[in-house]
This record gives sequence, structure tokens and C-alpha cells, in this order.
Amino acid sequence: MRDGTRLGFILLLTPLLLWLSLLIIIPHIDMFLVSLRERVGVGKYEISPANYLTFLQEPLYLWTFMRTAVMSVLATLITLIVGFPVAYYIAKMAKGRIQSLLFLLCLVPFWVSELVRTFGWMILLRETGVISSLLQYLGLIHGPVEMLYNDAAIMIGLVYTSMLFMVVPLISTLGSLDDAVIEAGYDLGGSGPSILWEIIIPHAMPGIVSGCIVVFMLSLGNYLTPTMLGGKDSLWFTELIYSQFIVRFNWELGAAFGFVLLILSSFIVWATLRLTGQTLEKTMG
Amino acid sequence: MTPDLQCIDLTKRFGDTTAVSDVSFSVPPGSFFSILGPSGCGKTTIMRMIAGFLAPTSGDILIKGKSVLDVAPNRRPVNMVFQHLALFPMMNVADNIGYGLRRAGLPKRDITRKVGEVLERIGLPEIGRRRVDELSGGQKQRVAIARCMVLEPDVLLLDEPLGALDLKLRERMKIELKALQADFDTTFVYITHDQSEALVMSDQIAVMNQGRFEQMGTARDLYYRPETPFVAGFVGDSNRWSGRIERSDGGVLELRTEIGLLIRGTAQGRALGGGQSADIFVRPEAIRLSRKETELTSLDNHLKGHVTSLLFNAAASRVLVRDEGSAGEIEVALPQSGEFDDLAKGDVVHIGWSGEQANCFAAGAE
Repeated sequence: MRDGTRLGFILLLTPLLLWLSLLIIIPHIDMFLVSLRERVGVGKYEISPANYLTFLQEPLYLWTFMRTAVMSVLATLITLIVGFPVAYYIAKMAKGRIQSLLFLLCLVPFWVSELVRTFGWMILLRETGVISSLLQYLGLIHGPVEMLYNDAAIMIGLVYTSMLFMVVPLISTLGSLDDAVIEAGYDLGGSGPSILWEIIIPHAMPGIVSGCIVVFMLSLGNYLTPTMLGGKDSLWFTELIYSQFIVRFNWELGAAFGFVLLILSSFIVWATLRLTGQTLEKTMG
Repeated sequence: MTPDLQCIDLTKRFGDTTAVSDVSFSVPPGSFFSILGPSGCGKTTIMRMIAGFLAPTSGDILIKGKSVLDVAPNRRPVNMVFQHLALFPMMNVADNIGYGLRRAGLPKRDITRKVGEVLERIGLPEIGRRRVDELSGGQKQRVAIARCMVLEPDVLLLDEPLGALDLKLRERMKIELKALQADFDTTFVYITHDQSEALVMSDQIAVMNQGRFEQMGTARDLYYRPETPFVAGFVGDSNRWSGRIERSDGGVLELRTEIGLLIRGTAQGRALGGGQSADIFVRPEAIRLSRKETELTSLDNHLKGHVTSLLFNAAASRVLVRDEGSAGEIEVALPQSGEFDDLAKGDVVHIGWSGEQANCFAAGAE
């Protein structure tokens, strides 16, 4: 019996272990080794931190890196601000069928691929697009306006893409808040803002943090949205990695970039957890 | 003296259904008032209207003589202890109790002092820094009351707060709640479906059914002198028979039940005439049980039967006796004075009760 359960346990664990080792651990170790190689001659490599030094010394790389980090944090905050009322409405105000319907509406955009969704935004925002034409038709502007290829367009795309991943954890934590607790707050003299600040947000904190972590990771590692909606001035760090690997065929520098990005995202997740006093178990559990 | 709380013709409709219909009552200062009724009778709706979470369809609510209909729940001088207490799990005990004071804008020093005082009063001076989920059921109960009482409300509303506790603790909390009420000298309005909670603690009880008050009075009034068949059936246990009145002579009635039993009873001043159909209620504990017929001859009703069932439940034990004449079954309280310890199924016994104890109501009055 004991051997039987042990065998079952191993069998159940195998896919996870395979997935972890084949797709995450081994490639990362290999990437790390690649990132430490410096090409000194044809087919000759030496171990050195040269790639990392290149990253630090080249202003464009550093600047794009900082920009990507700041924009991702901003996109996360905007998603939280937009998503919180939506989640609150779905979890607390809507009842029965309306509740499931609204939840479904959040999900609908994800039935089409990210590529199609982003093209949707391009149709709306481009010079000859829907919004530009409508404004001209209404006589509010004279001549077409280009709304694509800037930071605002990237931000719209990122928030739109990440919305669901913020709303879902928020709905589940807000749903677990007993209505009587909110009523008790009013009964004891609390006003709307104070109840939001002292009762609802502290209760929703695990959901807020887990939503933020997921959205931040998705934004930081997003390639498609910044490439399609952002112009030449709106570089995203993932574009740099892509160009090193594919265009320049400089795997060593690309691997170093990948590692820098991994360190950044790990650091920001750690800092967020520390700042909000949450633990990974609480937010992901 | 102006009553602390007064409701005048309070009515609440949800669409086509009337949850509360023309309810009027007033609660004098410092008293313990209970609304007792089965679930779905509208008692929670009344409570939520007083607290301000629901607006009445018509009628008025006055607190200390002033209408509060236009006052938002967070400004009303009433506070509520919720069914599941609704303590704030994200705060410790002291912050829970201090919440209302912080919202009222009191200086920090006063808040600390008042929280300390109220913790002292509920007998838990050391728990201020504890988290809510570290408390026992009884402690949570007391903290929930303290959280309201620290604001010195005119009226404290309690919505079945003992429902989630186990039996022993509930018995203890009943006594404790009554003592806390006397200690704080605040008007308590308590709603419950548990009659023993209402009977033990209340100065006044209103029995509610289908959105209306059936009867209002002290616990003894409700038990000894129920005014409606619903109250007679809901407060305490009763044997209940339907039948037709054969003879009506002053206060004394004779009723022939559907199974042919003849019972002498009283209508307590209600108009009931011969030939009318009526319901008669006799409490199991009002019936005398005896082995000898001679002991019961002085009673208005007496009959002979045999024990069909013994329902042993400590002090609330019952015997089911089948009448020889009509084969009707009657529930009788089992006296715990020792003489019936050896009573067994099939034993022949005599039972009897006075006409005063048999309460008669016109049929269909419910």
C-alpha cells in the first residue's frame, strides 16, 4: 500500500518535474552559460562578464530597460485602477445572471488571439482608422490624426491585454468579503472612502498583489503589443532581446539581456511583496 | 418618558410581497425588547429598517422621539450586532472596537482610553492586541457588543447573534447578554427565532408571523395567556386539537374533537359560541400524570390511557399517552420527581388537566 501510494505520487509529479526541468531549469542554466561567453575569435569563446558590461555601458540598452520597467509598473497601476471598480461591481453589486454575464464579457476578448486583438486596436487608432475618421466626420478635426506608434497606444494595448488577469483574482478576493462586514462599517459610522480604505482594500490585498504581479510580468515580457502599437521611438526591452537573437545573431548578448530582465522582474515582485507585507503563499494560494 | 425607539405603522413591500405590514411598537429606555418569529417572518427586515439599510415603504421610525428616516445608517444613533458578528478580520481587537471612534474623529488618546475601558467592562482587558481569528466564540461575541457599545448608541440592535454558538455556550451567553444589558443600561432590540433566548432575556417580547405582530407582552403573558393560536403554538409546546364546540357556558366550553375526544376548556374572554369550529391547545407540562384515577378526579378533564412511547430528553422528557376512548395520542410532560422513573411502554396511566389550561381559539384565526 505504501509503495503503491509512493508510485502514484511519483507518477503524478513526473509531468511537473519534466516541465520544470526541460522547459525552465535546463534552458535557463544554458542561457546563463551562454550569457557569460565572450567571442574572442572564430569559434573561440572565453568566460567573461563582457556581455553584461556592454548592457551597462550602452545608453540605449539601459534607457530601454528603465523605460520598459517604468512603463510596466505604470501599466500595472492603470490596470489596477481600471480593474478594481469593475471587479467590485461584478463581485459585490451584480447578482445572479448579470454577474455571470459580466464575467463572461471580461473573458470574451480572450477568445480571439492576441494578434487579432492588437490589430483591432490598430484599426481603431491608425491615421485612416475608425476614431480618426469619426472625428473628421464630426468636424472636430481637419485632416487625419495618427494615434498609433506612441507610448499612449502601447499603454492602452497593455492595459487591455492584462485586464482579465487583474479582474479575476480581485473578483475572487472581493467575493469572499462578507457583505455584513461592509454594512458593519457603515453602521459604526464609516463613510464610503474610509470603508474602502480600511476594510475593502486590506481584505482584497492578496488579490491586488497577485493580480499586480501577473500583470506586471505579462507587461514586462510582452513582445507583440509594444512592437505593433509602439513606433520606432517606443522601444520595448523584449524587442532588443529579439533583435539580438534573430537579427544580429548575437546570442551571447541576447542571453545576458534575458537574464537582466529576469533579475528585474524577480526584484520587483520581491519588493512588492515586502512593501505590502504579503507572502507568495498568501497571494497565490 | 419618551421611548428610545418607536415604530409607527411600519410597512415594507418587496414588489408584490409584503415583508412587514403595519407594525407599531415602542421600546422604553433601558429595556430589553425581543422580536420572536420563525425565519422569513420579516423580523430581519424590521431590524434592517431601524439600522437604516432598508427604507420603509411607509410608516415612521423614531429614536428618542425624532424621526430617523432621513438619516443615513452611518449617522443613526443605533448600532447593530450582526448575525455572524462581522468583526473586521483585517484589524486587531482594539482597532475593531476603536473603528467607530476613529470615524467620529476622536483624538487618539481618548480612543485608547475608551477602548481600554470597554474591554475592562466586557471582562477581557488583555486582548486588545489579539487578532480577531484568535478569539473564541464567546469572546468574539463580547467584542462585537463592545465595538457597538463604545459608541454609546441610543439603541443596540442584535440580529440572532447567538445562532452560531454551541448549546452550552449559548446558555451562558444568554445570562451574560442580559447582565451586559443591565450594566450598560442601554436599550437592546433583539431578534431571534429561538424562543428560549427571547423568553429568558427579554422585558418585552413581540411574536411576529407573516409580517405582522401577533402579540406583544412579557414572557409570562405569551406563555400563559397567548392571544392567538399562532402564539399558543409557537411559544412553548402544545397538544393541539381541532373540533366543534358543543356547549358554551360563560367562560367554560366543551369541545368535541375530530377524533371524538371531549375537552373542557376556556376561551379567555374571546367570543366563542356553540356549534363553532375551534382549535384547542393544551401544554404537555400542564397535564398531570398519575397511576391512580382518584388523584385526578378534581380536574375538569381526565382520561385513562396507556403509554405508547417514552421520549426521554432529560428535563424536557415526554410521554405519549393513547386515550382508551378515542385512540388519540396526547403528549404529556414526564415529571422528574422520581415516581415515574420506572414508567414503561404499555403501562396504563391516568392523565388530567384543568379547563383553565385548555386554551380555545376560533378555527381559522391564524
